[in-house]
Amino acid sequence: MNTQPFGVMDVVNKRNGVDLVALFPDQVKADERQGYSGFIIEPKNLVEVFRILRDDYGYDYLSSVTGVDYYPDDKMEVVYHLYRSSGGSGLILRTQVSRDNPVVPSLTPLYPGANFQEREAWDLLGIRFSGHPDLRRILLWEGFAGHPLRKDWKEPYFEQETKPFRSRFPQGKVYRSEDKNTFGDNVQYPPGFDPKDWQLEESSDEAIYRILRESQQKLSSELKTETVIVNMGPQHPSTHGVFRMAVLLDGETVLDLKPVFGYLHRNHEKIGERNTYLQNMPYTDRLDYITSMSNNFGYALAVEKLLGIQPTERAEYIRVMMAELTRMSSHFIAIGFLLNDLGAFFTPSLYGLEERELILDIFEAVSGSRMMCNYFRFGGVARDLPEGVLEKVRDLVNDRLPRKVDDIDRYLTNNEIVRARCEGVGVLRPEQAIALSTTGPLLRSTGIPYDIRRAEPYGIYDRFEFDVMVGSHGDIYDRYLVRLGELRESIRILKQVIRDIPQGPVQEKVLPYGVRVPPGEAYSRIESPKGELGFYVVSNGTSSPWRYHVRSSAFVNLTSLETMARGYKVADLIAIFGSIDITLGEVDR
Amino acid sequence: MKSKFTGSGLLSSLAVTLKHFFQTYIEDIRWGSKRYRTPEGISHRASSKAQGIFTVQYPEEKLPVPEEFRFLPILLYDEDKNGRRFVRCTACGICAQVCPPQCIWIERDVNPRTGRPVANPKNFYIDVDICMNCGLCAEYCPFDSIKMDHNYEIASYDRRKDHIYDLKKLLRPVSYYAEIRPKNYQLEEAVRIKKKEKEQESAKH
Repeated sequence: MNTQPFGVMDVVNKRNGVDLVALFPDQVKADERQGYSGFIIEPKNLVEVFRILRDDYGYDYLSSVTGVDYYPDDKMEVVYHLYRSSGGSGLILRTQVSRDNPVVPSLTPLYPGANFQEREAWDLLGIRFSGHPDLRRILLWEGFAGHPLRKDWKEPYFEQETKPFRSRFPQGKVYRSEDKNTFGDNVQYPPGFDPKDWQLEESSDEAIYRILRESQQKLSSELKTETVIVNMGPQHPSTHGVFRMAVLLDGETVLDLKPVFGYLHRNHEKIGERNTYLQNMPYTDRLDYITSMSNNFGYALAVEKLLGIQPTERAEYIRVMMAELTRMSSHFIAIGFLLNDLGAFFTPSLYGLEERELILDIFEAVSGSRMMCNYFRFGGVARDLPEGVLEKVRDLVNDRLPRKVDDIDRYLTNNEIVRARCEGVGVLRPEQAIALSTTGPLLRSTGIPYDIRRAEPYGIYDRFEFDVMVGSHGDIYDRYLVRLGELRESIRILKQVIRDIPQGPVQEKVLPYGVRVPPGEAYSRIESPKGELGFYVVSNGTSSPWRYHVRSSAFVNLTSLETMARGYKVADLIAIFGSIDITLGEVDR
Repeated sequence: MKSKFTGSGLLSSLAVTLKHFFQTYIEDIRWGSKRYRTPEGISHRASSKAQGIFTVQYPEEKLPVPEEFRFLPILLYDEDKNGRRFVRCTACGICAQVCPPQCIWIERDVNPRTGRPVANPKNFYIDVDICMNCGLCAEYCPFDSIKMDHNYEIASYDRRKDHIYDLKKLLRPVSYYAEIRPKNYQLEEAVRIKKKEKEQESAKH
């Protein structure tokens, strides 16, 4: 490759990160569409460019991989959001292929964290990634016909491309979708397909068992021992929802495992593309239903970027207040239920839930609902804090919560059983954690101080004084310590919020419900309690998003489960899984 | 941090649970019979001052819901002295359009003689199985007509028969709304009166 001798600083100092066109004049084009930024790379040059960016320029953290279908143009696009683990703004790279035969080289050899995200793009958009080690469907079942996020795919009971549906007004004759015959006109079979003589080539179970057996052959040592495959879940109290792990065991030692999920899949993104921008807000609550305020935050930021509006000053403070309270309630749950997974049934988790209850009381008073808050609006929040809420928050933050965090500290941190079970278990090394695109407490426990609130501040996080919690061993115990530390840091931020919150309006003006958004793309990312939560929104100028993608923190963090679990016992596996802190509403979407 | 001796961490853990255990009884003794089934006892147990176990014995005890609490939409009507009802809804269709899961169905009334639409709902349905209680309809209604209810005890026996609410089931008097959301009601009423005065003034000119 004939790159010109640029000094690193020459190309890095541009506002857009690295100026790739100067660096790779032959391989890379700047994206000049209106509202778009970043660079277009030919598929054949993709791996080469990424390798140089990773090795020479420090872009070691691949945040998001997703696809966009530009039907009716014969164009599919794969969009990559690339960052440095040392912080700063990122690069948007994309490659374009035809819709009929979309093949893109896989980035998994460079960034193992792309594994699940590429599988998702194959599953939902039908983009093939050549060289991917395990390109199976991930959220849908293996017999599913078509790829639902393609724009010409229509769901059963399809009514209209976008909401609002014309059948609702002015001639609203109520009916229920279930009353329509599912197997009538609404089911489409591919040409030449007869359900009677249809057979799967390989069911997903067969595929999983085959892959596990193959990995066993690779692992086998001189001493031949008999291995066994055990299915944990999908219905199991330790799996935090409906989640299945097919585990290859040698005695009690985990040799390999394959996670299986998607049981809660509802194609959030397709629903989002049928919705108007505002209608998506309550749907984001249902992603990670423990942290709905954070989800609102991320989505509001993405659409505000497209609209080019700024929230009002008071709204900014209220947003941070809600996001930090959410972080506290989520970490209380994470710590409590980790202990559940260790076998300390329900006493620690209910201590956590007690405090969460008081935080939810505040959400309820502010937004009207404890979990499904639907509180953020584009350009602010839905309504001002009702009377007395600020006093309640002040009361909690200054008195009760610090006390209770200390209680949990005293209760668990030095407990010999907790330490014996957690220290040195589920170790993830820092370079592995970055390569696997993990974020949140999982990444920080390995010793990498990457917190988006600091690395690329959003909202008004640059105004607050707080420390980024970092672990040093990357084991379960450090993840617990990072979460405990973050509880204290959240209290610190909340104290500053309460001190500084100004008076004023919470929304400049109420946007119309069908607001048209200028064409373009936006990617917003926030530090949700579980890691990086990203929203990638593409607008074509109408009132519904053309593409709406959720880069879910729990989904990507799960990529690291296999690496973390290998070599530990079954009982540790449950604790390791619990320490990732996932919510299946967000994993399965 | 290193623990002082083996088992000291366990002991301090047990101390925390023991403290929590005894606090419940200390509170019981301190409050006497007032801790349970009295409004002040319930509100104390729901506050940040609560100690020990602070669960609420539902359904004998119920936590009061805050004013902003939202659960299923209702439609408001005004009532004059003679008991005549004036439904506030004008069948403008904004709630049906803003509704995220599209659970609102409105049939606009038609003048039988002219065949022109009338600002009045002939039928108004909400499929409560589909409603996600987001409150956007109430937020965007320009006539203060559709509002969110506080009643969350709506279990019924027949999903197919009872879960599509029609006008009859949705209508509530404005006085009910003033009762559940006094602050919001006052604010909105002030705006409505001002608007009416303005209209009357412009009608004079």
